[in-house]
Amino acid sequence: MLDVPAPQIDSRIAALLLHHEIDQFNARYAAALDAQRLTEWTEMFTEDAFYLVTSRENADRGMPVGLIYCEGRGMIRDRAFALEKTAMFAPRYLRHIIGNLVVLGEEPNGDVRAQANYVLLQVLFDRPDATLHQVGVYHDVFCRTESGLKLRERRCVYDNLLVPNALCLPV
Amino acid sequence: MNDGPALSHDPRYAWPAEGLRRVPDWVYTDAAVYQREVERIFHGRTWNYVALEAEIPNPGDFIRSNVGPTPVVVARGKDGSIHVMENRCAHRAAEFCRELTGNAKEFVCPYHQWTYELNGALRAVPFRRGVGGKGGMPADFDMAAHGLTRLHVTTHRGVVFASYVADMEPLADYLGPEILREFEATFDGRKLTILGHYRHSLPGNWKLYHENLKDPYHATLLHTFLVTFGLLVAGNKSLMLADATGRHGVMASAKSDATKVAADLKGEMRAYKEGMTLAEPRFMDFIDEFDSPWSVTMATIWPNLIVQREMNTLGIRQIVPTGPHEFIMKWTMFGFEGDSEAMTRHRLRQGNLMGPAGFLGLEDNEAIKFVQDGMQRVPDGEHVVELDPQTGYGTSDTLISEAAIRGMYRHWRDVMGL
Repeated sequence: MLDVPAPQIDSRIAALLLHHEIDQFNARYAAALDAQRLTEWTEMFTEDAFYLVTSRENADRGMPVGLIYCEGRGMIRDRAFALEKTAMFAPRYLRHIIGNLVVLGEEPNGDVRAQANYVLLQVLFDRPDATLHQVGVYHDVFCRTESGLKLRERRCVYDNLLVPNALCLPV
Repeated sequence: MNDGPALSHDPRYAWPAEGLRRVPDWVYTDAAVYQREVERIFHGRTWNYVALEAEIPNPGDFIRSNVGPTPVVVARGKDGSIHVMENRCAHRAAEFCRELTGNAKEFVCPYHQWTYELNGALRAVPFRRGVGGKGGMPADFDMAAHGLTRLHVTTHRGVVFASYVADMEPLADYLGPEILREFEATFDGRKLTILGHYRHSLPGNWKLYHENLKDPYHATLLHTFLVTFGLLVAGNKSLMLADATGRHGVMASAKSDATKVAADLKGEMRAYKEGMTLAEPRFMDFIDEFDSPWSVTMATIWPNLIVQREMNTLGIRQIVPTGPHEFIMKWTMFGFEGDSEAMTRHRLRQGNLMGPAGFLGLEDNEAIKFVQDGMQRVPDGEHVVELDPQTGYGTSDTLISEAAIRGMYRHWRDVMGL
């Protein structure tokens, strides 16, 4: 028997469940991108979502540019659409590894702030090895909706100084 | 002039009999040719882009940069003047400046603490007189002769250039009147604000990047996105401008109404798709803020600068070659002082077109990689550069032309002695 008052156990279990729920979300997010199911990826964001991929160099200096800079799910859908229907790039496999999830806290409106490390590996079909394509941190705001968690904000801040050639698919 | 290896007498470096209508692979893949490019082009009679003044606004501000492959530091002195120095200690060669950017009163090499002024002059050598009468530098050691290697500097409209050559012509003469006009259309006198950087490596020869922007033919064929959404189609008002020497260029086009694309042109462009629309088309809007007939200009300023004015997303691209098979591209995206928050966000949204993840940018990077892959795996071939024979070389008013590439190689062969 744990000698702890009941409400405290509840909050600890609630934190564990929330942590697990975000962890599961990130695993599904990685699976969608690894399989290049970009429409499924777009559905993981809220309508007003902000999605950014930028370097740590920019983030540390407060510079706003992004390699990918999407205000709203419309732009996220346009990105997916453009990549699937118009973009020319060599075929490749991608593998996202997401870990070190930290749930940072809740906003007054119920949104949850979290961050997680990510590693993105890439295999090109003309080179034998997987290469480290990007390593960074997701800075996230999750929104609770009737259909589960959705991203209101995901800022992907990568440590690499150089992007190897091109970032062809989302992070 | 030709004090290097006698490349031109080596049959391996024979230019094809067709002249400028062919470019042989060794131009892009040969290590000796690359070394000569560093000597004669990047360290030769050229103005090399190194920074924007807005990146070093205050005395003591500095930024790491490159002239060709050579690392330099660009610093603003106490009197506001700008200095460009090799990032190599005059003592034991240490690359002393390790920060990407910062502010300093002086530069101190961490190895033995040789200390330099912001202009590169050697100010102090620890234990110069030795200790207790022993050791130290020779009595006749000349501090003035052991400063950092300094380059010559010029600026125009907030853009900083450097050269190893002391008697370079003024930048305006170097660019020529037509290129200068386009340069000043983008750098129109408003003060710049820095929005951030992109940096990426490209597995290709550095000249392929110039050629890509002297090749308007590819724009409507590779960049399906532009065509799909009617931003650029064959038949748009356009110009491929080259300066008198052929080294600089500006690819220019004016946005037109996609609904007016002629039926015969649609057939040639496999990418053209009627009725495809964006959920957020506003990011493609062009807010006409420049005194120019063109909505898009891409200026290739020899040897290491591209000025991107893609409607309202503005950027510098600096080429840093690292060998025949690879270069690094550093982008500096900017806006102007006085931009509203809405305008800045418009520039940032429109930035999705360019850069290493840009709808267009990623395709250029991939295409350049494919070209280098092709030459490395099926070597000793040559490139066919025949389009628009009526023009010969240089400026062309049709997109279906490779005349500007021929003009660039006319200049390159002259400088390289090949």
